[in-house]
Amino acid sequence: MNRKTKEIFIKYIFFVFALVAIIVLAMIVFSLFREGLPIFRQVSVKDFLFGMEWYPTYDPPYFGIFPLIVGSFIVTIMATLIAVPLGVLAAIYISEIAPRVIKEILKSVIELLAGLPSVVLGFFGMVVIAPILQNVFDLPTGLNIVNASMILALMAIPTISSISEDALYAVPQEFKEASYALGATKFETIAKVILPAALSGVTTAVMLGMARAIGETMVVLMVAGGAAAIPESIFDSVRPMTASIAAEMGETPYRSLHYHALFATGMVLFFLTLTFNLIADHVSNKFKQTGSATL
Amino acid sequence: MRDSQANIMKWRYFQQSLFFALFRAAALIITLALGGIVIYIIINGISAISWEFITKPPTHSMTKGGIMPAILGTIYLTVGAISIGLPLGVASAIYLTEYAKQGRMIRLIRVGINCLAGVPSVVFGLFGLAFFVILFKFGSSILAGSLTLGFLILPTIIGASEEALKAVPQTFREASLALGVSKWQTIYRIVLPNAMPGILTGSILGIGRAAGETAPIMFTTAAFFTSKLPSSIFDEVMALPYHIYVLATAGTNIEETRPIQYGTVLVLVALVLGINMVAILVRAYMRRNKRW
Repeated sequence: MNRKTKEIFIKYIFFVFALVAIIVLAMIVFSLFREGLPIFRQVSVKDFLFGMEWYPTYDPPYFGIFPLIVGSFIVTIMATLIAVPLGVLAAIYISEIAPRVIKEILKSVIELLAGLPSVVLGFFGMVVIAPILQNVFDLPTGLNIVNASMILALMAIPTISSISEDALYAVPQEFKEASYALGATKFETIAKVILPAALSGVTTAVMLGMARAIGETMVVLMVAGGAAAIPESIFDSVRPMTASIAAEMGETPYRSLHYHALFATGMVLFFLTLTFNLIADHVSNKFKQTGSATL
Repeated sequence: MRDSQANIMKWRYFQQSLFFALFRAAALIITLALGGIVIYIIINGISAISWEFITKPPTHSMTKGGIMPAILGTIYLTVGAISIGLPLGVASAIYLTEYAKQGRMIRLIRVGINCLAGVPSVVFGLFGLAFFVILFKFGSSILAGSLTLGFLILPTIIGASEEALKAVPQTFREASLALGVSKWQTIYRIVLPNAMPGILTGSILGIGRAAGETAPIMFTTAAFFTSKLPSSIFDEVMALPYHIYVLATAGTNIEETRPIQYGTVLVLVALVLGINMVAILVRAYMRRNKRW
């Protein structure tokens, strides 16, 4: 084999390796479909997605995951409401205001927060936050939407904050200088120039943070309470899709209807997070941040 | 006139300090949350830690004894995951940074990597169960768990490796190519060695992730309790994260085993944050002592 063919050969080997992420994605879709689709021979797609009753072990069983979908969305939305202000404001502080040393420390703090295992945060929610909520609001249980949302927010903050910070940092220096030259204060520059210029990056950050929250398992499994019903207040328990899968998969017989229903729930979850990720990807590509070259 | 202008200026700076205080408060809340959690776990967990706790298996249906099998299991799984994720991830990153030209295919691969990074951990668990445990007949085993975790950390490793490869100056490659060295040899002899420290520190973050994940190993590896240590990669193992979950939610006496739970949480946090801390410090050190 001469040198040129060898080089081309090597290039194609690496190309195959580069496809590994897509291959794994395909394998995931394949296994979800293979094990999830059989449920739809027994239950219609509409009854599965919009059915209000999730009683998989009753006779006859009910496989309606609507309460689980609602559970997933409500904790995700509430977690986002907490995490977005904290994450974005902290990102502004880190990128625009903080002195260098504090900046480095805060970046490490956020990285370490991202590194905390979810089971540890779930445990913290169970033993610390739950009793506090129970006592302060005089509730039957502290394992509820509020608790889960607070802990999930902690998990989404690192994603939101670090990606927002990158976006803010990437705003060209000229933009800031132009704003200062017009007599704007530093705050006015941040609010009216830097933040709008970084908006697509911040939007991407929020979408990815939400995807993280909706897919998070251990936290909601441990602190959301586990009631498969539509909640009436934010102090009710819910059973998000992830929690339902994790809690029930261990005890269902292999290839039972329940088993297929859990895989089908996994399909719904997969396509939901995929949508969030594709939107994030689209936003960050379509609204590419303006650079100084476009001035 | 002068007065009102001065007032407006005053108001603008007042507004500024008000909002700056808000930004600071947000950063402070996040720091306090992390600090609070870590300190709380250390205070409550430290009394459970002893030599026996780390080196002995659980006894009395997990209400007494240590957590050695879980520590060992987590180490096996993490090593397994990294030996799958690292070669695949680095090879993938080499293509993306060294060979690929901008185009449709590359765009597709990048979207694929981003989407893989966003797949929920419990879906990875389902995938591992359906694919490795059932389809490949590995059973609930170290092998199935390592493969699942290896694919889970793949996007992290690709990202870290790409960044490290891009940081190697273009002039290094040009100098090598100008000497008549082939592209592959340039990558192998020049680019990779220079990028290696960056690849490794970035990958450490992936290791921390693999050690701390629970949902992907619940259906693929983790044993509720095994007294014997694994003898092959087809055996089940206990793992620290799953052990915490089991003790905290399904143990025989949840309140009584609280000290063991705190101890196990402390060991896991020390392990994971320790790994992360090393990565952060090494990276800071390397940035300061960069040769180019």
